[in-house]
Amino acid sequence: MAVELKDNPKLDPATGEYRVIGPGQTFRSVTEKISRIVLTPHTPLGWFALFGVAGAVATMLLVAVTWLFLVGVGIWAITQPVAWGFAIINFVWWIGIGHAGTLISAILLLFKQGWRNSINRFAEAMTIFAVVCAGMFPLIHVGRPWLGYWLLPLPYTMTVWPQFRSPLLWDVFAVSTYATISVVFWYMGMIPDFGTLRDRSESKIAQYVYGILSVGWRGSTRHWMRYETASLLLAGLATPLVLSVHTVISFDFAVAVLPGWHTTIFPPYFVAGAIYSGFAMVLTLAIPLRKFYHLEALVTERHIDNMGKVMLATGFIVAYGYGMEAFMAWYSASHWETFMFWNRMFGPMGWSYWVLVTCNLAIPLTTLWFRKLRTNIAYMFFLSIVVNTGMWFERFVIVVTSLYRDFLPSSWGTYRATKWDYMTYVGTLGLFTALFMLFVRFLPMIPMNEIRMMLPGAKIGPKITPKAAAKAGD
Amino acid sequence: MPAREGTYGLLAEFDNPSDLVRATRQARQDGWRRMECYTPYPVEEAAEALNFHRNKVPLVTLVGALMGLAAMFSLETWISTLAYPLNIGGRPMYSWPAFIVPAYEWTILWAGLSACFGMLALNGLPALYHPLFNAPNFRDGATTDKFFLCLEALDPKFDLIEAKKYLETFHPASVVEVQY
Repeated sequence: MAVELKDNPKLDPATGEYRVIGPGQTFRSVTEKISRIVLTPHTPLGWFALFGVAGAVATMLLVAVTWLFLVGVGIWAITQPVAWGFAIINFVWWIGIGHAGTLISAILLLFKQGWRNSINRFAEAMTIFAVVCAGMFPLIHVGRPWLGYWLLPLPYTMTVWPQFRSPLLWDVFAVSTYATISVVFWYMGMIPDFGTLRDRSESKIAQYVYGILSVGWRGSTRHWMRYETASLLLAGLATPLVLSVHTVISFDFAVAVLPGWHTTIFPPYFVAGAIYSGFAMVLTLAIPLRKFYHLEALVTERHIDNMGKVMLATGFIVAYGYGMEAFMAWYSASHWETFMFWNRMFGPMGWSYWVLVTCNLAIPLTTLWFRKLRTNIAYMFFLSIVVNTGMWFERFVIVVTSLYRDFLPSSWGTYRATKWDYMTYVGTLGLFTALFMLFVRFLPMIPMNEIRMMLPGAKIGPKITPKAAAKAGD
Repeated sequence: MPAREGTYGLLAEFDNPSDLVRATRQARQDGWRRMECYTPYPVEEAAEALNFHRNKVPLVTLVGALMGLAAMFSLETWISTLAYPLNIGGRPMYSWPAFIVPAYEWTILWAGLSACFGMLALNGLPALYHPLFNAPNFRDGATTDKFFLCLEALDPKFDLIEAKKYLETFHPASVVEVQY
């Protein structure tokens, strides 16, 4: 250990942990580093390549949704008894991914976890783009999306109003609030950085655009104090919000009297799963980004390590959820519950359950214990993909294997997704990536003002400038 | 704001936050009131030196939260009991436990919007023009790595020559006059 400490400048000798920010950074160097990515007139070729690919993939979504609007939801594999398919799986998966962004930006802010500062901006961006992808699915699933506004309590001429006792309507309010607050939090966080970009850009257009976006931010101390209060309040509001959103989503299932859905463990288990998959997605995005834009000094091994620890903890909550589901199936002595669970594990769709167990439990929960592996960048990237896959299968298992064996064997069915299902899903991956690429190019992906606070130069001491010291000596 | 002319204030530039805080503390002690610090990140000690401890953002947020709560809960109650009563599995028309979830979400929604827009309004933003942007060194530093103390001309103690001399005693990197 001592040898390792001496040899590795990335480790902080005081704690033995990896440093949150690499050594030798100043206010100006971090500002330069981050703002240059946005302000440079030269867009890297790799950016164009990836944006092109992502855009092409997103086009599939356009095609799939166009055909859906022309023909109807019959092009998907949903029918009786599996009336909820990919749309709901993808909705829950995307929303869950978004939750890590809020967790990082809000909950870790309240807990004064300074290390979050480097990653919170793009985690928040991830949240917003994930919610964009998620929100689309229920809308296109309603069959006649052009009547989607019926979900809102608006005074229509036919005086029809929504029904407030349904969790599906609660979802409308939960998800729309979540999207709005995430955007507000994200934008507010960027205002001071827009000020920096306004002041550092050389092109007139950029100065105008960032100037307007910065709403004239000038860094006044009184402004900063109100700003800090508002940030803390928003964090305090976003924390119960993020927990409530996935709780409400789990109510969509848990309120139904269906074996496999009707359980009280769902809210905490959904929230933990959401954070689990969200951190995996943050890793999937952060690892290539820090490499591509040379941000290793700002997004360090410490961040990767800490995210691995959060995943380990939430992974075990998820494992507890799986265990409890199995236990309750047995303990309830309900014929339907027992059968459903047996069928979930060993029925015709049993493979999906074992994919989930392998990806969510077997691989991550055995290996994340070791710091060597948690700070191994290649391994963590691989693991993040594994966990994302596992969490997608979790939702697949919950939706499909609870539905395809109905109470009456005569109503049993199966589920096989059509090419339109796959195109829609893969298309949202393209849309998400394309939006994220635009974010990386045009907005500050690391909050400069929050990084400055963590630098050694920000320490207030009874420091006297050399000139003053000389004078005092006289 | 009425159009003003002449001097807005004197702007002293410091290289590090400690010198700024020290200067601000001293200026406050010496009776200066109309002054403000400008920093590239929040410096709490500077706010303390300016004797700025409380702000109204929490109050605005609370009012917003209560309005959101009241708005959604009464809307739900009105819709479910008067405007469009529906019998859902024999539940009462006024089934308030089910109304909690949307009301809760709207509490957060309105509180969050009030916090953000309330903060901007209290700060007097958006304000795309400000006399300080005329200062040549403000643009390069204020949002990057420099720390500024501005003594405003509206302070009764303000006298261009005297104030400049006074600021020089803190050994700032520079002192410049800011015009409207």
